[in-house]
Amino acid sequence: MDKKIGVYICSGCEIKDAVDIDKLVEIAKEKGVSVVKTSASVCSTAFVDEIKSDIASEGVNTIVIVACSPRVKTDIFNFPGCIVERVNIREFVAWVMEPKSEDAQMAAQDYLRMGIVKAEKTNLPEPWIGEDLSEEILVIGGGTSGLSAAIESSKAGFKVTVIEKEDKLGGWAAKWYKTTPTKYPFTSLEEPVVFKMIKDVEADPNITVLLNTKIVKTEGMPGLFDVTLNVAGEEKVKRFGTIIAAAGFTPYDVSKLNKLGFGVSPDVISNVDFEKMVRETGKITRPSDGKIAKRVAFVLCAGSRDPEHLPYCSGYCCAASLKQAKYVRDINDGVAYVLYKDMRTPSQFELFYKELQNDPGILLTKCEIKEVSLNEDSSLNVNVTDTLLGDELSIEADLVVLVVGMVSNANQEKPDILNLQYRQGLELPLLDTGYYPDSNYVCFPYESRRTGIYPCGTIRAPMETYGCIQDSVGAALKAIQCMWHYERGIAVHPRGWEKSYPQVFMQRCTSCKRCTEECPFGAIDEDEKGTPFYKFNRCRRCGTCMGACPERIVSFHDFSIDMVNSMIKEIEVPEDDEEKLRYIAFVCENDAYPALDAAAFLRHRFPPGIRFIPLRCAGNMNLVWIADGLGNGLDGALVLGCKFGENYQCHYIKGSELCNYRFGKVGETLDRLGLESERVEMMQVQISDYMNIADILKGYVNRVKEIGPNPFKGF
Amino acid sequence: MIEFQGKVLVIGGGISGITAAIEAAETGVGVYLVEKNPYLGGRVAQLTKYFPKLCPPTCGLELNFRRMRENKGVEIMTQTEVLKVDGTKGNFKVTLKKAPRFVNENCTLCGECFKVCPVERDDEFNFNMKKTKAIYSPFEFANPPYAVIDPNTCLGEKCSKCLDACKYGAIDLKMKEEIIDITVDSIIVTTGWQPYDAGKIDNLKFGIVPNVITNMMMERLASPSGPTGGKILRPSDNKPVKNVAFVQCAGSRDENHLPYCSYICCMASLKQCTYLVDQDPEAKATVYYIDIRTPGRYEQFYWNVKENQNINFVKGKVANIEADPSGDVWVEAEDILAGSKSKERFDMVVLATGMQPASVNWELPFNAKKTPEGFIDPDSLPDGIYLAGSAVMPFDVIRSLHSATGSVLKALQSISGRGN
Repeated sequence: MDKKIGVYICSGCEIKDAVDIDKLVEIAKEKGVSVVKTSASVCSTAFVDEIKSDIASEGVNTIVIVACSPRVKTDIFNFPGCIVERVNIREFVAWVMEPKSEDAQMAAQDYLRMGIVKAEKTNLPEPWIGEDLSEEILVIGGGTSGLSAAIESSKAGFKVTVIEKEDKLGGWAAKWYKTTPTKYPFTSLEEPVVFKMIKDVEADPNITVLLNTKIVKTEGMPGLFDVTLNVAGEEKVKRFGTIIAAAGFTPYDVSKLNKLGFGVSPDVISNVDFEKMVRETGKITRPSDGKIAKRVAFVLCAGSRDPEHLPYCSGYCCAASLKQAKYVRDINDGVAYVLYKDMRTPSQFELFYKELQNDPGILLTKCEIKEVSLNEDSSLNVNVTDTLLGDELSIEADLVVLVVGMVSNANQEKPDILNLQYRQGLELPLLDTGYYPDSNYVCFPYESRRTGIYPCGTIRAPMETYGCIQDSVGAALKAIQCMWHYERGIAVHPRGWEKSYPQVFMQRCTSCKRCTEECPFGAIDEDEKGTPFYKFNRCRRCGTCMGACPERIVSFHDFSIDMVNSMIKEIEVPEDDEEKLRYIAFVCENDAYPALDAAAFLRHRFPPGIRFIPLRCAGNMNLVWIADGLGNGLDGALVLGCKFGENYQCHYIKGSELCNYRFGKVGETLDRLGLESERVEMMQVQISDYMNIADILKGYVNRVKEIGPNPFKGF
Repeated sequence: MIEFQGKVLVIGGGISGITAAIEAAETGVGVYLVEKNPYLGGRVAQLTKYFPKLCPPTCGLELNFRRMRENKGVEIMTQTEVLKVDGTKGNFKVTLKKAPRFVNENCTLCGECFKVCPVERDDEFNFNMKKTKAIYSPFEFANPPYAVIDPNTCLGEKCSKCLDACKYGAIDLKMKEEIIDITVDSIIVTTGWQPYDAGKIDNLKFGIVPNVITNMMMERLASPSGPTGGKILRPSDNKPVKNVAFVQCAGSRDENHLPYCSYICCMASLKQCTYLVDQDPEAKATVYYIDIRTPGRYEQFYWNVKENQNINFVKGKVANIEADPSGDVWVEAEDILAGSKSKERFDMVVLATGMQPASVNWELPFNAKKTPEGFIDPDSLPDGIYLAGSAVMPFDVIRSLHSATGSVLKALQSISGRGN
């Protein structure tokens, strides 16, 4: 692209009270740009029209707006086909520095030069679009979640293949007698909705069902998932666009619950076997002697909320136990004891609990189970303590039902679900805390670790039927949305607008494999020789690879190592001045940048020697910037990234954690330069830290001042 | 190539509406996002942190706003309500009423007008614990990032001090209400919830005993942008609190108030215990509960809070609340497991009040039925109109967003033009 740069400098919003605009104009002109204009309000309709006319008549195609934060007025500074660079001298200079001071002037001038150089090196992205992309969805699992996703996708006009490892559809729900209520007034048990789903799926021309089918291997990337299926013993390869993993759960192994009486008698069974019995025989009898079980004790949280078994709660079981208690009433006119720790029937499901509390044959008590033992007459004795009715109780029962929790099918030693031929592993990664391949984001429940593959239902978190159906429809939307994106070469969440993709100068690749190991999404595979190569549709454009690469061979159309190095060189470093130290601060644009903007809005004062450079993610941080920056005489370097660890906030999962890990190595780099590693810090910042971020910056600057100016300044 | 040529109306700009809007827009559909407040974010904008990660709601909101800025397919209309919906799926004719903001997009939030405005108003965003001027910004990070004038308190053109102070021509006191007609293929209703009026729960003395507050008020006290700058100080005398009672199911699971459970209040109170401990590591709390509902992975969060020996859990309903002359509050409750009654003294009491659907008082602009509690019955909605988020039933944010994301797929099913 033949660049014609127009620089448009705003003097409004207190900018002209802070800096000398004419000097800025001079500097822009010195940079040799085509057009330099100023305005009291660059965002005014009149001025924007002027910019548009510069585009039309002068051929300006690269617009540098020197004004406010890039987070505001984006709809106004919208010039399709042009490169738009925002230089923030309002929040980062005018609002946070001493007006008309030398500091403020130098800062504005630095930012202006940095912005122009960035614009010079930015290119318009040309998206990468694959060929022979598929628009078909693969659904793994023919239970409630899988079928729900398939039906809703088909209704939107998409073809779906549902694979099921068993010889029939329906999953767990098809083995149930009834389900808990899913609609108002939430008081009546219902037919498992999966039976209707099976009929709908079998009649739907958009949906192909393959029973007795598992995945041998999944190769490729969204749009181009080439999946080798084993269909009843025969291997077939089919291409899919996206995958919905609804592979469900396995009930917790009841045989581990000896402490709750399993093994004491055949009449101590799991709720799964109880349900199976009712569905298959229509009766509730004792396995030991076939007699009708008139008194049934339900032990809730059996092996759940228990550090020795499953430390989490499975959510579905309280309501499901009430349902089974109702079976005892309806079928045997018996008595059901519901022995719980907390009765968890949240939201409208409370109405179901309320309804059943009215039934005099259902006796509910909070308690701790002390012992389950066999009586002489072969009935069972359940001894409980800490009850609502007294300290200790003995309950005589014909049948004891241990209500067990759910274990995700992704949480097995060999899940054997996706068999991804990805360098980073065969299956969906679990959370750092284990158990579930769930999203760790409250706000983004569908951001999965593997692009284009969406887990839903009980594989991703314990949940009941209602929740499964709701979750699966959302997953289906994301699967379709992903297709819309890769057909246009656009990345998916969180950078759902991004058309650039990593461009790699392979001649300098040394196959060190840092990129393939660090990529949070497994987007980079290795060939037989160990040379990395990208699967672009897996890539979320976070730039962690760019930060990781020691040879600096990765860049994006609009962001590169060289670009940032050039920007750093534009920072004027005053020599022989112990007061005017200079620091480069790399800030994550997701959390840290908005926090800085908010602090600026409140007119907090920032240390005037800091120059901020936004990054897509702290993971972009390449140590060469620090080496070059300090080599150029900068006194310090700071990175403000998102929180990492168990409750990570980093939107690219591992980006800020990897940056922190790289910082552990920065000491080596600096030692080689003869500099103190304390000049360089990484901090975790949340968007809510805006009230004290200015103090955080001041603290850093004071620490570097203690060390003293960079001894290599002016060399 | 997948194309969805159509438009969707999303009614309600809280986290569910914002999510539905951007998920639809990122699937190529045009969206009108209509919100009655002058800001997006609804109830979550009033929260200080989310459970279980104790992360700020503004983080997710900011990312969604960024997605909307980049996507450009969502037309955001704040201070807008839906008057009428006519037509059918694929061709709904909707009449909207947009109240005047009196401030236009030239506003830079420089704040000069706030300084000169002579009139104050109760800040309902902060549950009237704070005041703002008649011209104000709802809160930090408020989107749209412009000031707004409250016509009920503004003195109007005869004052005009803000107009004189504004250097950007952003104030227009002559702005009028607009009636806008749009045509859409489908509609997603994400009108969310409002806190149940704690004043209706007689024995809990809200509004009578000064240091009895609600869980949402507690969120504002803990917020840096709240009435006390983030210090949890009790209302009567601004004393920092050291011993707080949480009354769970306040007006919930109760025939006389809300018969259902509001899902999130147990987790919210546990989260608020962590706020207390952040402020004062020696802080104490007692949680009076019926059942502690921390389902699924939330159980871990409960364990972490329980580890603190200063946080006690008492299973029992609170029978009565009395004021002490010192400002302290007496709580009478049953302790079911101990088999006794107790009367304890606290600095402050937080009522964990429930979520009432915002639709309870809404005169529906389309044909649909409501349950006695005011929830729209999703099965009674006309074809092409979908309900999502906590407008369906009380949900946490995660479930609300499953619901909102799924509702977009339903909306797409109403849009023709799925070509290859």
